[in-house]
Amino acid sequence: MASVTLPVAARAAAPITPSGAIAKRLLSLVVVHGILLAGAIFMLLPFVWMLITSIKPPAEIFTAQISLWPKQFYGVENYSFALSQAPLLRFALNGVILCAGILVVQLLVAIPCAYALAKLRFPGRNLLFVLVLLGLCIPVQVPAMPLYIALAELGLLNTYFAMMVPFFLSVFAIFLFRQFFRSFPDDIIHAARLDGMSEFEIVWRIVTPSAWPAIAAFSVFSAVAHWNDLYWPLIVISDAKLAPPPLGMMFFADAETGSNYGALTAAATVLTAPLVIAFLIARRRFIDGITMTGVK
Amino acid sequence: MATVDLTSIAKSFGPTKVLGGVDLSIADGEFLTLVGPSGCGKSTLIRIIAGLEAQDSGGVAIGGASVDHLRAHERRVAMVFQSYALYPHMTVGANIGLPLTMSRMTLRQRLPLLRLLSRQRREILRGIEADVGAVAAQLQLEHLLDRRPAQLSGGQRQRVALGRAMVRSPDVFLMDEPLSNLDAKLRVHMRTELAELHKRLGATFIYVTHDQIEAMTMSDRVAMMDAGDVLQLGTPSELYERPASIKVAQFIGSPAINLLPATLAGSGRIELFGRPLSLAVNGTAGASITLGIRAEALSLAQGEPGQGGRAWFSARLRRKENLGSEYILHFDLAGRDAPGVTTRATAATAATVNETAEVALTFDETACHVFDVGGERLEPRNGGAVSSVVPLRA
Amino acid sequence: MTMTAIPAFGTPPRSRRRLWIEQITGASFALPALALLILTILLPLAVLLYLSLTNYEFGAISADWVGLANFSKALADPIIRRSVINTLIYVAIVVPGGVFGALLIAILVHGRRRTRSLYEVIYFLPVTSTLIAMATVWQFLLHPALGPVNAMLKWLGFGEIAFLSEPSTALATLAVIGIWQLLGFNMILFLAGLSAIPRDLYEASEIDGCSNGIDRFLTITWPLLGPTTMFVIVTTMITAFKIFDTVAVMTRGGPMGRTEVLLYNIYLEGFQYFHTGYAAALSFIFLAFILVFSVAQTFTLDRKVHY
Repeated sequence: MASVTLPVAARAAAPITPSGAIAKRLLSLVVVHGILLAGAIFMLLPFVWMLITSIKPPAEIFTAQISLWPKQFYGVENYSFALSQAPLLRFALNGVILCAGILVVQLLVAIPCAYALAKLRFPGRNLLFVLVLLGLCIPVQVPAMPLYIALAELGLLNTYFAMMVPFFLSVFAIFLFRQFFRSFPDDIIHAARLDGMSEFEIVWRIVTPSAWPAIAAFSVFSAVAHWNDLYWPLIVISDAKLAPPPLGMMFFADAETGSNYGALTAAATVLTAPLVIAFLIARRRFIDGITMTGVK
Repeated sequence: MATVDLTSIAKSFGPTKVLGGVDLSIADGEFLTLVGPSGCGKSTLIRIIAGLEAQDSGGVAIGGASVDHLRAHERRVAMVFQSYALYPHMTVGANIGLPLTMSRMTLRQRLPLLRLLSRQRREILRGIEADVGAVAAQLQLEHLLDRRPAQLSGGQRQRVALGRAMVRSPDVFLMDEPLSNLDAKLRVHMRTELAELHKRLGATFIYVTHDQIEAMTMSDRVAMMDAGDVLQLGTPSELYERPASIKVAQFIGSPAINLLPATLAGSGRIELFGRPLSLAVNGTAGASITLGIRAEALSLAQGEPGQGGRAWFSARLRRKENLGSEYILHFDLAGRDAPGVTTRATAATAATVNETAEVALTFDETACHVFDVGGERLEPRNGGAVSSVVPLRA
Repeated sequence: MTMTAIPAFGTPPRSRRRLWIEQITGASFALPALALLILTILLPLAVLLYLSLTNYEFGAISADWVGLANFSKALADPIIRRSVINTLIYVAIVVPGGVFGALLIAILVHGRRRTRSLYEVIYFLPVTSTLIAMATVWQFLLHPALGPVNAMLKWLGFGEIAFLSEPSTALATLAVIGIWQLLGFNMILFLAGLSAIPRDLYEASEIDGCSNGIDRFLTITWPLLGPTTMFVIVTTMITAFKIFDTVAVMTRGGPMGRTEVLLYNIYLEGFQYFHTGYAAALSFIFLAFILVFSVAQTFTLDRKVHY
């Protein structure tokens, strides 16, 4: 029996196939990768161009002659200029402080509340849950103005606290963790109670560790959201020393650097790098995180 | 005519050999069961017949013509999956009707929106509906046609899966462990239903299972597989009464066959626990062999053991299992290098034994199976054991 | 029966005490969240409602009650009307592009074995990048004289296009950047949905006659992906409706108001011009749109469609 072996086909394996079908298969492979690669170029173009421009001298940038690779390496000058013109590292540090501060409070507030909603009976539980669901529908841009007025009255504008406060409560975290805690076996909680653990210990030492995937997922979600948020910092921060990355980038772009694209792209690189590098390192976590927070 | 002929089908997944050159010919209208432990390659084999998996070498022919170049749906086979694989978003009627929709309508008539332009569509739909109705009537599914699979019980889903297979009247039905997701009672019922269905349709059935009872009760022939090879092919009673190897003997029959270590004395006579039997096989003296005795061939000796020249050995009761109609007795072979044995007994007999004293177990030597060291069957020598024992029983 | 109490099931005094403890713990666990809920959401909403009914301007000593005047002004305001229309046009471009593009990519990526994770990383990269920083890069990419995109167009024999300063292309350009940013996110959601479809179904359909990609897609993939698709559409609508960053950095509503969007106008009215009362009314209009989308989202979030 003349037979041609194929690599194990993905699914719906084609049985032993004459050469015409192989050509067809090859063609479809070319089409598929063609589409994917075209899309990938679209996705990567800004990143590639950012990196290239950030090491080009002005003379090569301001020319109609587009070249992919710089003739003269000008990276040192661009990056040092960008770093000297604006406290880029400070912006990044602000981003870290902002994200960490928000995340810690979010977890401290949301986990006990989610546990109570999932496992404890107390008066007003259903009402609270309805409010949580309602909160899910309200974007921060809506209560922004009263919060701004209150912070201004209290003299708290231009503080880290002002930047963080609207996000301390994440109704989304409560919702997500509640779904997760609900599937935690009651028997284990009962056993822990019989062993003499307080509810406080049960939450932090028994239930929370079991919800690690959900917590990691939410952390990724929260960090990405607040590292990249512009709207609220733009409102409450005017002091460049406190600016998180997006606001810092905006200040930098507005300043006299205006059209110094070499320095601008160098700054963009510095401010984009931390999260992108974090993503490349913890790729699975990011993707699982989005999947879980997205469709759970 | 829908015979199915497999010629030296081989298949490996990476370095793992799954099928090692299987040859099998299945007659038109036959009910053939592939049985074996999990991982023996039976599912892969049926998927190769279906066209879902490509064999590395060898060929599949259906109705005498090679189907190797045909895609799954062109092979005129239908398959019932273990999970049933019902389309969860379609009604029962649409599930059963899907194969007809695919074969009777052109792509244009199936596409959303575009299909509204087709004038014949309505007529085709009516035809499909009639055929689906006919199949549903056979399976008593008429009242469920508008439900979705999630609203059905396990047995009903099973019947929908059957209906989807039946609706295009295929030449060959392939069934991959179709009953293993049902509870025990329903499984017994569906066994009967499937066997009757086979008789009514007269199509070729190829049935995969790891349950030897399903294999024994439904099939015309059984192919026992292990590690990618067919160990034995035959009718259920052939497999039970003349197992070709220890593996077959162990797999077929419940409770499992008793295996006792024995040796060959001079002239091929078998010696069990030092006592010679009248049974003889060809072989060198001193060779170890294994004696297989089915539970029903083993019984409590009445009166003096060894009376009338019957073979016997002593054992001590470990446990009685009450099955209602009979008892299964488990014995330890005191002080012997052998696992325990089981016998069947009536309630009255079972009442006569207890754990305190040893009893004598006697057996019918004509019903013994002899296997060599490699596990292959050895035939008893004619004129020896067989003829000398039969008169004694009379 | 002299053995000392294994606490028998449902012994009245004990269980009442247990219940009481549970209620106290439950309430105290929920308290911080409840307090923050009131302080950062409910109270501000109440204040916002009050503000929207006054002509308060931030910094002013007093405010007058104006009833629904802010709302009627907003509905009649041609600038607001234009910004709502612009926002909806933006949504109308980003949703189909971002959802069906992501679906296509997800289906293609799902079938890959070795290259799958590479493509996942590439397509997901824009999601993690800081949009403001990347917006600056996009601006340069699309620069009429210096950008590579126009260089490419010229090389292909087209005229140069000032994507961001040309009124007819500015909004669409922002929408393309919006799609660029969110495609990877949606792709990941679709990939999760695709992995949840049992392989058996594809095999059954193969035997039943679904021999080509179109049939497989229409019979299995598309219907079983329904809940995921609904969810992705709604999330994308909400995200797109909140467009702000790229407008604030790249176009500031220009050229000729062609990229003025609702949230940007709320920002201008509330925090640049300090027409607080008016901006409060606009916030409610914004909220009304979001609520319509969100209610749908809460539905799809809590109710996984069971067949």
